[in-house]
Amino acid sequence: MTIDVRHHELAPARPEFEVEPTEAITIGDVERPLSLSERILSNESVQRLMILVVLLVIWEAYARWLNDSLLFPTFTETIRTFWHDIRNGVLINRTLTSLQTLAIGYAAGLACAAVFTTFAVASTTGTRILSTLTAMFNPLPAIALLPLALIWFGLGTPSLVFVIIHSVLWAVALNTLSGFRAVPETLRMSGRNMGLKGARYVGLILIPAAFPSILSGLKIGWAFAWRTLVAAELVFGVSSRSGGIGWYIFEARNDLDTATVFSGLLTVILIGLLVESVIFRAIEARTVNLWGMQR
Amino acid sequence: MNADTHAPLLAVNGVTLQYKTPRHLVTATYRIDFSVHQGDRYVILGPSGCGKSTLLKAVGGFMKPVEGAIRIRGKDIVAPGPDRMMVFQEFEQLMPWKTVFQNVLFPMKVTRKFGRAEAKERAEAAIAKVNLAKFRDAFPHMLSGGMKMRVAIARAMALEPDILLMDEPFAALDALTRRTMQQELLSLWEQLRFTVLFVTHSIEEAIIVGSRILVLSPHPGRVRAELDTGRLDYSNIDRPEFGAMSKRIHDLLFANERVKEAATA
Repeated sequence: MTIDVRHHELAPARPEFEVEPTEAITIGDVERPLSLSERILSNESVQRLMILVVLLVIWEAYARWLNDSLLFPTFTETIRTFWHDIRNGVLINRTLTSLQTLAIGYAAGLACAAVFTTFAVASTTGTRILSTLTAMFNPLPAIALLPLALIWFGLGTPSLVFVIIHSVLWAVALNTLSGFRAVPETLRMSGRNMGLKGARYVGLILIPAAFPSILSGLKIGWAFAWRTLVAAELVFGVSSRSGGIGWYIFEARNDLDTATVFSGLLTVILIGLLVESVIFRAIEARTVNLWGMQR
Repeated sequence: MNADTHAPLLAVNGVTLQYKTPRHLVTATYRIDFSVHQGDRYVILGPSGCGKSTLLKAVGGFMKPVEGAIRIRGKDIVAPGPDRMMVFQEFEQLMPWKTVFQNVLFPMKVTRKFGRAEAKERAEAAIAKVNLAKFRDAFPHMLSGGMKMRVAIARAMALEPDILLMDEPFAALDALTRRTMQQELLSLWEQLRFTVLFVTHSIEEAIIVGSRILVLSPHPGRVRAELDTGRLDYSNIDRPEFGAMSKRIHDLLFANERVKEAATA
């Protein structure tokens, strides 16, 4: 290989100069508001809605082509049943029963998670205990605990609450703890520098600093809880006298009323979407997005 | 020693600091002595690995000396506290969930050093002093590095600590912003005459910012010299005195290495 050794010539001498900055008006718009159509089309919820509409059209078309309402009812039929059951109050009652159980279980799960994480933050032994327990129980499906819950607590809400706590607790505790661990050292020192200690340090520094993780824990916990609840209701049907949304689906299946099964499933999906895209979105917009901790 | 009748604000006597890494026990500084008086702009200067940041952390109360004592106003330092407000190099020192105003207000609120109304007034004044009045309600993630640093300085100063501890505060900024910040710090000092302990690895910054410079040698950090640079700042950066001081410090820092190089050669 040969190396091309060139003669280095000096760059030509050029004069120095200084100029006054010119006005930038001639460029035109430096900033222009987007037009209405541009804004609507780039809106996330509008885009999601459009995807939804496409899916519904495909559903309707397929069901009409199949023409078998026992196997696959059309979208319009499902909506009719859905609307009918909302009007006569059945669906609303069932949903409220489910949501009530869910609220109790979710709150109890969060309380347990708070206790566990407090111990885990306070000492290394606590951390070890929590990570061992989480490693053991997190992969265990809540539904697998249902037979045991039935033996311990009998048929009824306590059993449901027990399995919901199990499904919420580990996800939330795990996320909160890893969030606490990821708080930057400088921020910790900055908090301690102000003389913050103990509960005030956790409440004023660690929790807000770990909020993105905590929030994602809450979201996962919610999804687990909702899933577990509906599944549990399907398994042992009626709890006390009024059944939940799972029982509504189960009943309809026994009657081979597929449109009602679909409307039950639709309700489960709608509530999932509502909580995810209304409640959690609102919390995100007011916290982690506003603070620039998450895009 | 001078026959100073004033007791020093901060007295560091024979301080040895050690910390553990997963594999080693590192001695960061060895028997360091120095004292900082009221109104000093005291700079600790040294190459990386001379334990200057560790020393500042010890003054901050984040670690205990293995031997020796650190006293502020005659009292031993045992824990971090708001009488020694620290400004860190990293931008994460601000709380991302609080606005500029809330960030500056926060330490005054938690320490309850000032009344509610007075704290708010002081926060506004501090923000105005660092020229951030327009960004009062912005969140830290919307600010540039230099602005974040200004917030951190305003936050520390609003609390009126006994001593301001600055750990390479301008190291993460670009050169032009750094220069501006140095001048702003000096003009703030002209107005308020606070006491500041400032750690840096830049000789030029040490001379511009400092009124006294403690030069440390590395591995472990030991005191090499204490110099008076009260008369030198940015306005005489092109004067021979400035250059001479710079060279003197340079020689103090690197003389050993040259000896070592000669020995190994």
